[in-house]
Amino acid sequence: MKSNTLTIIKKEFARFFGDRSLVFTSVIMPGLLIYLIYSLMGDGIGRIISEGADEMVTLRVENMPPSLAATIESADSAVTIVEMPFVDEDVDLLEDKELNMVLMRFPEEFDSMVATYDPSSGALAPNVEIYHNSTNNASERVYQTLQATLTLYEDQMSNRFDVNRIDSEEQRSYDAATEEEIGAMIWSKLLPMLIVMMLFSGTMAIAPSAIAGEKERGTIATLLVTPMRRNELALGKIVSLSSMALLSGISSFIGIALSLPKMIQGGDEVNIGFNYGFNDYVALLLVIFATVLVMASVVSLLSALAKDVKNAGTLITPFMLVIMMCGLLPMLQSGVSENPAVYCIPFYNSIEVMAGVLNHEVNWTSIVVTIVANLAYTGIAVWGLTRMFNSEKIMFGK
Amino acid sequence: MEEILRVEGLSKTFTLSKKQQQIERTTQRKKVAVDNLRFTANRGEIFGLLGPNGAGKTTTLRMLSTLIKPDSGDAILDGCSVVGDPEGVRAKIGFLTSELKLEEFFTPNYLFDFFSRLHQVPEDVVRIRKEQMFTRFGIDKFAEVKVKNLSTGMKQKLSLVISLVHNPEVIIFDEPTNGLDVLTARTVTDYLQELRDEGKTIILSTHIFSLVERLCDRVGIIIDGHLTHCGTLAEVCDGMTLEDRFFEIYKEVKGGEQ
Repeated sequence: MKSNTLTIIKKEFARFFGDRSLVFTSVIMPGLLIYLIYSLMGDGIGRIISEGADEMVTLRVENMPPSLAATIESADSAVTIVEMPFVDEDVDLLEDKELNMVLMRFPEEFDSMVATYDPSSGALAPNVEIYHNSTNNASERVYQTLQATLTLYEDQMSNRFDVNRIDSEEQRSYDAATEEEIGAMIWSKLLPMLIVMMLFSGTMAIAPSAIAGEKERGTIATLLVTPMRRNELALGKIVSLSSMALLSGISSFIGIALSLPKMIQGGDEVNIGFNYGFNDYVALLLVIFATVLVMASVVSLLSALAKDVKNAGTLITPFMLVIMMCGLLPMLQSGVSENPAVYCIPFYNSIEVMAGVLNHEVNWTSIVVTIVANLAYTGIAVWGLTRMFNSEKIMFGK
Repeated sequence: MEEILRVEGLSKTFTLSKKQQQIERTTQRKKVAVDNLRFTANRGEIFGLLGPNGAGKTTTLRMLSTLIKPDSGDAILDGCSVVGDPEGVRAKIGFLTSELKLEEFFTPNYLFDFFSRLHQVPEDVVRIRKEQMFTRFGIDKFAEVKVKNLSTGMKQKLSLVISLVHNPEVIIFDEPTNGLDVLTARTVTDYLQELRDEGKTIILSTHIFSLVERLCDRVGIIIDGHLTHCGTLAEVCDGMTLEDRFFEIYKEVKGGEQ
């Protein structure tokens, strides 16, 4: 029995690896494309962020208040301050996107107006006008700096108390979570969905053609007249398709892993680097194996039910939506469930376990329940696929 | 003569879809394809099932090859029941029909080895048999050419060779010359006679009278799922040509309806 399953697995591998275009489109291309797209996106975002970072900007200030002159001068090193009044025609000049200029107007006697202003009087507060062009990166940069400087100045004037003040760098952080933990939380919310989607697209690239395609081309009937048992064929198909889908998923995963640093460059100050140990990787890999088995099983069953490859795509679409919904769940809930029953629900269990592992909450009971449940589902799928291979209505029905 | 196949009351009914009902011009949901079929075949003979299209020939052969299951009845093939031991039956037969296709991606060489492995043929036997069969059918020159690049005739010869990798005792052949060019058809019929001379049993279906006259030792006439006559060619023909005798029987059964 085992030898026939092995023969089928070998044939599926020979078919897959012998077809260079299939290997390219399902294994090499996903990773390469993801890497290129994410890297390009990251570079693009980085360029937008860094553009105009050090370009000189002319800042025209009308009625510069003595109390703020020094602060504004030191706010941005790449600014030339010109203290002179401006009119509407000067503001019109800002429409030219290439012009690195910001116009700032304080009310006359700004300092005394601020000192005498009573917020409870109901009168309008003194207003500072800052004209800029947000499509010019340098102009936008100076506008943001000025706004932040003035807001800080306003806070300081009416400061009655502080929240979470940091007086020195050695001071203990108010947030008990370490940067690593914050990174882990972000990974645990994002990666399970990405991993599952990659595994799914890998399965989709291979399984429908290997089962529905064989039905469509009439080659499955040739296999069905050999003395091989139907369950040997079913097991051989599911194991080989899972392995190939895994390869495709791994390729996508490598693409993501290599391009993420580029994607997040210049972004957050939070350290969202990968900080996982050997155990985490083992757990993750085991769950990925178990997930891909169930995924290949379901796609195989639906493909066997389909008349042809096109029909298989239609039948698999609702299943894809269910998987996507499961993938979104970690983003909507806080923490992972500790109820072992939850880990018996296919796909949801994989997502939960992956989220747990990535959030440094490795719970081996959940992992074992997930793997055992998934193996059981694969067993049921092999049984189901065997029945389908035995059903003349499904195999030969028109 | 040693009996190698006994067909015992095989019956098969199909449920027709709306589309099939339209094609068949009927309002009935069920169609009896084969009804209580009984016949035997002996070792070392060519047995032909002769009948018009839709008579139930292909359904019968598909039941014998265990691709579909009978609703009732059984067939015992060289000691194995198609109902109780389908794997055993499949190990003893070579089944060939135009609906069985080979994966076009692979080469004849790979496919011969692959199907030999599924039939558990020992490696050394595979080597010798492959060389013999490939040479016999002229496939040796194309052994490493992918099936998709072979000519139609070569593909058909390869299908025949692949169905016989395990040197089966019984060969079931649905419409052996259908769709073949004249040269390939001749190669195939000559080979079937060779196989019979080697002591193999061949069960074939056809609607071609000349093929039955040239090849078959015994013949069964099947009309509307019923086996109306069965015996040696001389017994069935009763002194007439096979064609004349067939239409006489057809008229008897259908009562003059065309």
